[in-house]
Amino acid sequence: MNPRVDPHLEIWHWEIPLYLFLGGLAAGILFFAALSFLLNREEKASTAVRITPHFAVVAILIGLLALLLDLNHKAYFWQLYTTIRLQSPMSWGAWTLMLVTPLAIIWSALHINTIFPSWEWKGPLKQLEAFFSQNKKWIAWAMLLSSVILGVYTGILFSAFNARPLWNTSILGPLFLVSGLSTGAAMNIILSRDHAERSLFAKIDIGLIGIELFLIVHMFMGFLASTQVQIDAARLFLGGPYTAVFWVLVVGMGLIFPAILEILELKKFKIPAAIPAILVLIGGLMLRFIIAYAGQESRWLY
Amino acid sequence: MRYAMAIDTKKCVGCSDCVVACQTENNVPIGHCRDWVVEVLDGTYPQLEMELRSERCCHCENAPCVRCCPTGASHKSDGGTVLVKPHKCIGCGACIASCPYDARYPHPDGHVDKCTFCLHRVKEGLQPACVATCPTKCMYFGDLDNPRSDISRILKNRKWKTLIPEAGTNPQLYFLI
Ligand code: SF4
Ligand code: SF4
Repeated sequence: MNPRVDPHLEIWHWEIPLYLFLGGLAAGILFFAALSFLLNREEKASTAVRITPHFAVVAILIGLLALLLDLNHKAYFWQLYTTIRLQSPMSWGAWTLMLVTPLAIIWSALHINTIFPSWEWKGPLKQLEAFFSQNKKWIAWAMLLSSVILGVYTGILFSAFNARPLWNTSILGPLFLVSGLSTGAAMNIILSRDHAERSLFAKIDIGLIGIELFLIVHMFMGFLASTQVQIDAARLFLGGPYTAVFWVLVVGMGLIFPAILEILELKKFKIPAAIPAILVLIGGLMLRFIIAYAGQESRWLY
Repeated sequence: MRYAMAIDTKKCVGCSDCVVACQTENNVPIGHCRDWVVEVLDGTYPQLEMELRSERCCHCENAPCVRCCPTGASHKSDGGTVLVKPHKCIGCGACIASCPYDARYPHPDGHVDKCTFCLHRVKEGLQPACVATCPTKCMYFGDLDNPRSDISRILKNRKWKTLIPEAGTNPQLYFLI
């Protein structure tokens, strides 16, 4: 694999960054759903608990489809689930999804009335629903933990490769987790009809964006203080081909600008809350794409 | 047993016979290769130095491609060689991204492919196709655990280097310098 030597040999295209973005988004949504529920904020953050999780299921399913599309040997997909290999992020990521997906589906099913008001579970499904309702607290706990693992995993998948100096930083785990949480908060802002809930998630989002900016600065400081290959990797963003897209689209339009809009909105300026939230989503997607492509360009040799 | 290969950068003329021999021997699909020749130019004119290297999978002792494979398709085989089981490989590409030497490629059949040290030939007592073909006889293949093998001797008597040892892979492809 060496896109500079032979462009068609770049191995990961749009599928993997899309999969990671959707995974992070689902992690963020489920995290806030579980957290709001466990903190007894079900009424105050009702969109986050009852409505947004439906979108997490959709995100996971599309994400899994993207992952499947990435595989060259699609019919052998099941081999992922014949072993657990702890040293392979691909492997434990697949298993984490195996845990998160049913949890998200159960959670979504418990709140199905927010989409189909007159829906009624019948027969054994009704008993199942009753069972899950009784144990909702445990499901929330499991969701909280597994969503954090999923969020971190979306970054670890890259950072575990020391062959690609740009990816080989442990900051990617927390950075992608925080970015995922931020996109989850943004989804809640978009979907909520309740002004108080929107303000709550706008405040949370501003905090998360602050952490993201801190992590990004930290990442570059780490690169510049590291070995030559990592300095070269950082240069892709500091004067290199990814400079403009990264600083304008991700940091500017995807982080700083939406944060300013959210602050202005909290200060009672008239700004549609959906605009910063959509910018955050686009920024999160761009972050995955740029890190995926730039990482494959960073290397040790030649 | 610990298989390794050494390549004499002073004798290599960059003819790429090793590349063609491998493609023929291993039925490598058109447009791909398991080994390739690199020409590295160093210095400023007129003090230039050129190094020719026939590169391939280094059959790393600490192989990141084996570690990151989610299905166990990439594995360690006889003599420390690193191989891929095509029927276990899902083609996720993790190993391709993990190899610091860019030694792997996606085979059109869906699995990942790479140098095998021609283990099928070695088991019959033959040399790997590239080694057997090299017109300048600049490649050495053998067992490092046997102190009397060609490769053990040449590595004892000549100066050598490996590629990116700082990646911590402990590569088993040596370049005589
Ligand atoms: S050179 Fe690459 S493919 Fe070969 S063993 Fe090392 S990491 Fe794996
Ligand atoms: S592409 Fe195949 S050999 Fe490589 S990591 Fe994935 S499953 Fe393993």
